[in-house]
Amino acid sequence: MASLDRVKVLVLGDSGVGKSSLVHLICQNQVFGNPSWTVGCSVDVRVQDYKEGTPEEKTFYIELWDIGGSVGSASSIKSTRAVFYNSVNGIILVHDLTNKKSSQNLYRWSMEALNKDSSPTGVIVSNGDYDREQFVENAVPLLLIGTKFDQIPENKRSEVLTRTAFLSEDFNAEEINLMTGFTDRKRFNFKSLHYD
Amino acid sequence: LCTYHRFIFFFCIQVLFFGFGWLFFMRQLFKDYEVRQYVVQVVFSVTFAFSCTMFELIIFEILGALSSTSRYFHWKLNLYVILLVLIFVVPFYIGYFVVSNIRLLQRQKLLFACMVWFTFMYFFWKLGDPFPILSPKHGILSIEQLISRVGVIGVTLMALLSGFGAVNCPYTYMSYFLRNVTDSDILALERRLLQTMDMIVSKKKRIAMTRRQMYQRGEDQNKQTGFWGMIKSVTSTQTGSENLSLIQQEVDALEELSRQLFLETVDLQATKERIEYSKTFQGKYFNFLGYFFSIYCVWKIFMVKFWSQHISFILVGIIIVTSIRGLLITLTKFFYAISSSKSSNVIVLVLAQIMGMYFVSSVLLMRMSMPLEYRSIVTEVLGELQFNFYHRWFDVIFLVSALSSILFLYLAHKQAPEKHMAL
Repeated sequence: MASLDRVKVLVLGDSGVGKSSLVHLICQNQVFGNPSWTVGCSVDVRVQDYKEGTPEEKTFYIELWDIGGSVGSASSIKSTRAVFYNSVNGIILVHDLTNKKSSQNLYRWSMEALNKDSSPTGVIVSNGDYDREQFVENAVPLLLIGTKFDQIPENKRSEVLTRTAFLSEDFNAEEINLMTGFTDRKRFNFKSLHYD
Repeated sequence: LCTYHRFIFFFCIQVLFFGFGWLFFMRQLFKDYEVRQYVVQVVFSVTFAFSCTMFELIIFEILGALSSTSRYFHWKLNLYVILLVLIFVVPFYIGYFVVSNIRLLQRQKLLFACMVWFTFMYFFWKLGDPFPILSPKHGILSIEQLISRVGVIGVTLMALLSGFGAVNCPYTYMSYFLRNVTDSDILALERRLLQTMDMIVSKKKRIAMTRRQMYQRGEDQNKQTGFWGMIKSVTSTQTGSENLSLIQQEVDALEELSRQLFLETVDLQATKERIEYSKTFQGKYFNFLGYFFSIYCVWKIFMVKFWSQHISFILVGIIIVTSIRGLLITLTKFFYAISSSKSSNVIVLVLAQIMGMYFVSSVLLMRMSMPLEYRSIVTEVLGELQFNFYHRWFDVIFLVSALSSILFLYLAHKQAPEKHMAL
């Protein structure tokens, strides 16, 4: 079992957007009944067959590291959770489609995760400004997930979708939008994770 | 200055205070949240503006600015408005937003909000009974009834906060209290945290793989026919699921450990940052202030009543500025610690209520620090409240709060080094 390759994916986003529920859905194929505050980091694992049915089929363990907290957390909390950002293979950015601030905060989340300084105690050095070039050169694939789509009234939906399309362009990321309760259980094919 | 100009002047200053409250709300409190209910922001800024105006009026009183009749008029006006806000507007909206969060009561929001408000008014009124705050000649619906109750709540809050602050301030800023935290301490804890996470991951991998194999076997087993096939399938799934529940228990324990390690690491990082801050120039300056204010607080604890007129005036100014600043900082920290996108509206309104009551009772208590000739206006405006009661009540609660804080911080400080010895 340990001989299978590992893939570490971070799940980032503001409090209350639905990261823990999302991770639970992906890994347990069940809707999460009792979400509560994530303290620190909670990990879950999914066994995934890459390129299933083809001769190059390979089975991976996908580790989803769900990081709790907010972008406005104290610097001691930010320094501590920086230890989780080591050797990351992919990042899932989650935002709440009914809350614009959570989408804007994703810039700060991604800067925090990608700019981790390699000093011994993991202190973050960047000044937090959004640098578009960084995302273009970025080797870590990003996936943007919007939640609670069904809580948006019908007439506002196209406006929200345009906004998120711009967002995913900024991040150079793929995009998925989900309903509350995740009754629409899609099979996630992590197409955006490329491996040799 | 004629009446018209005076009004414009006051109005402009109030708009300034309102703007400051608005900015504080947007830039500090609601920095990470989306403002959807503008009424919350308006109510907060209005409470802030009228609270600050009261302090402004005290300063005018001491400086002798404008005429005494106009000062009296503005005092009365300001007081009426702020009582209206603190007793009617803010509690009603708190009830309204709390009710909005509860799904069952969504339909009759207004009705339930009114019910909550009437309950609040009942307890608010009852509050007056055990305290000797009024002389018997006051009528039922006089302004003294309302102020006295607001005063009691506000004075209790002030005394609690001051007592805690008096003890916490020297504790936080004085280097002597700071534990010695090195980089290697933090690294060791981080290593333990990551090791625990790795253990959790490997156990979860086992669970996932076992589940997958069971699922695949389950499909094969459906094809297994015959008596022995059936027995085999039952026994193997049973041992499989027993193993799983055992591993799951181990995972739960490890996850709890990882949370504790995370919190301890955060604590160490925060202490290290405090140590580094105390070495900077700004840190040294606040260190010195900490020494100065601890002496002042200790003096106050022993209730030495030696105030010369001029010192007390300067002190009133310092108290006003530092208490506004201290309150805003404390409110911000408290807000970050407990708010979420659902409850942020309610919490901000509660903070506005506390802030308003705090400022009203500051005025009541400031009377004690003010030179004699300026006390008359406060007495005149606020009616014949039993001021001595408030002073004594403040001192009692201050002492209780300070002593409890000393005990609490001593226990917390004692526990901390032992926690690290166990690592």
